Amino acid sequence: MSAGRRDIGVVLHLFMGSARLQKKRAFLTIASIAWGTVTILLLLAFGEGLKRQFARNERAMGENLAICWPGESSKIWKGLPEGRPIQPRIDDIPTLQARMPDVKVWGEMTSSRALLQYARKAVNGRLIGTNYVYGDPRKHYPKPGGRFFGPQDEEQKRRVAFMGSEIAEDVFGKEEPVGRTVLINGSPFTVIGVMQKKTQTSTYGGPDKNHVVIPISTFRALFGRDRLNVVVLHTETEDEMDGAIERMKQYFAGRYSFDPKDERVFGIWNTVKGQRISGKIFLGMEMFFGIIGALTLIIGCVGVANIMYAVVKERTREIGVKMALGARRGWITGPFILEGLSYTLVGGLAGAVIAIVIVTVLGALPQDKMKVLEFMGQPTLSWPIGAATVAILGTAGLLAGYFPARRAAAIDPAATLRYE
Amino acid sequence: MADAGTDAIIEMREIRKVYDTGKIKVEALKGIDLTVARGEFVAIVGPSGSGKSTLMNLIGCLDTPSGGRYRLGGEDVSKLDRDALADVRNRRVGFVFQGFNLLPQISAFENVEMPLVFGGVSVGERRERVRVLLEKVGLGDRMEHKPTELSGGQMQRVAIARALAMGPDVVLADEPTGNLDTSAGGDIMQLFAELWQQGKTLVVITHDMTLARRASRVVEVRDGRIIRDVASEEVA
Repeated sequence: MSAGRRDIGVVLHLFMGSARLQKKRAFLTIASIAWGTVTILLLLAFGEGLKRQFARNERAMGENLAICWPGESSKIWKGLPEGRPIQPRIDDIPTLQARMPDVKVWGEMTSSRALLQYARKAVNGRLIGTNYVYGDPRKHYPKPGGRFFGPQDEEQKRRVAFMGSEIAEDVFGKEEPVGRTVLINGSPFTVIGVMQKKTQTSTYGGPDKNHVVIPISTFRALFGRDRLNVVVLHTETEDEMDGAIERMKQYFAGRYSFDPKDERVFGIWNTVKGQRISGKIFLGMEMFFGIIGALTLIIGCVGVANIMYAVVKERTREIGVKMALGARRGWITGPFILEGLSYTLVGGLAGAVIAIVIVTVLGALPQDKMKVLEFMGQPTLSWPIGAATVAILGTAGLLAGYFPARRAAAIDPAATLRYE
Repeated sequence: MADAGTDAIIEMREIRKVYDTGKIKVEALKGIDLTVARGEFVAIVGPSGSGKSTLMNLIGCLDTPSGGRYRLGGEDVSKLDRDALADVRNRRVGFVFQGFNLLPQISAFENVEMPLVFGGVSVGERRERVRVLLEKVGLGDRMEHKPTELSGGQMQRVAIARALAMGPDVVLADEPTGNLDTSAGGDIMQLFAELWQQGKTLVVITHDMTLARRASRVVEVRDGRIIRDVASEEVA
């Protein structure tokens, strides 16, 4: 053990000696590593931010949704001809929901040009009648002070309306809509909530910020319609979706007599598929950013190794002298490896600090004033990014020190000591 | 070894050294028998290419022989690995070179301290020993000077202090005056003479006959063999 401690002592003594003498070189080397670290961290942070923002925008409509448009049968079934329209009704929803309690089910009915009036303003807008379960999975989160409608509103056919953020502004201007009355096709409705702003990249029918949502029972009373435009399913996890769609088809096939294997009855947009694909795309993108960043960092480390090679060459005689005086090989290589490691460590730390500062400053910029950020997102540093960077830095630092050190150890003292 | 006497520092038997450069093999030493007793002052002389540098590398354990047996201070060192040889150099050999070979960026003090660091000597003892050694070679007032701030003679005296630091069995000097003017060279020769009188064992490789004559014994090497081994009074 004491031999080991002596090794460490000697290596540290020699390292401190050389580090003290090489300030300028140390600074330049550390700067190049810091640069590499900043590059890799920013690339990954931008990638991560972009990914999160994209996912947020893409999923602003909701996650794990199957939007099912009813159509016509395309197969003969039990003596019935093909080409029959299949039209689910509002009352199918409670039955279907009772059959599959693990899935959230709702129906939607749309009036695309409802007339909205408040004071002297009149605006045409899209009106959706739906079940109360719609709110959360479709991410209709109310601004503070408001709410989405609930089961009582639906049961009692209350005249309550939840408004998209933009249409609320169109109708009410700067006034607070919640609690006020808006006329919808001439009938008075109380505004109970306004949706929080969100950037949404996928829609069916149109962006959520431009529509008004009311209870489906109220919608039926207002328009006298009973047939649903779409039936929507929401599952807790991605994997449950296929089964849920199958059960939904089974139910309607029994109810409206069509072949449950008839693929054409419902036009189905299963968002799980899209989510999976974009997940893969972003994984690929992150790997791409990571590789570019890692290569940049490796260039920095090659720089370190290069400089250390030069140092070994420049100090050949010095190394020979130390060997002649009794330095073991480890005492020659140790300081070089330590030097390579400490350069990368200090450089990496400095780079990390710079990257964190940049990311924090960008994070402090007002997002709503910069349209770009709405889609690009905030650069985000995460623990996996940090861990990956540390791993790359550590390995590169060791290599940057190891190869020059090996060359130093191979020096033949006898050859270097003679006077020339 | 009873036959070599108990006080033998260097015992070389049938030492051969072959340099294999791939294409050609050069036999630099062709069977050297050399015994140096404690307290001797041996000058090894010979023309360049005679093999005396190779001999010095082997004596100093900077290299291992291709054949034969070498005992240094009673320890068989002919088959040691590199780290073990490093330890032997540290404890048993003090080197003095023609080109001084001081580390240029550190002070005289730190240069002398270096072998003590390798030898695992504690910081406090290191300080004391270095101070005594530098005073002994007359540089007590130059301890913090860097080699570039010293004259050639002073640098060589730092190197001698460094060679003595670990209390080696033998001080091995390669043309120690070759790079100095006559006056500084004379001082160094004087210093060697004093060390010898204090009982140190010295092996000096030189072609400076003035220095060789100060030795107690002159060994002449030619073509990889010892051709003459006489007391220095007999040198013409």
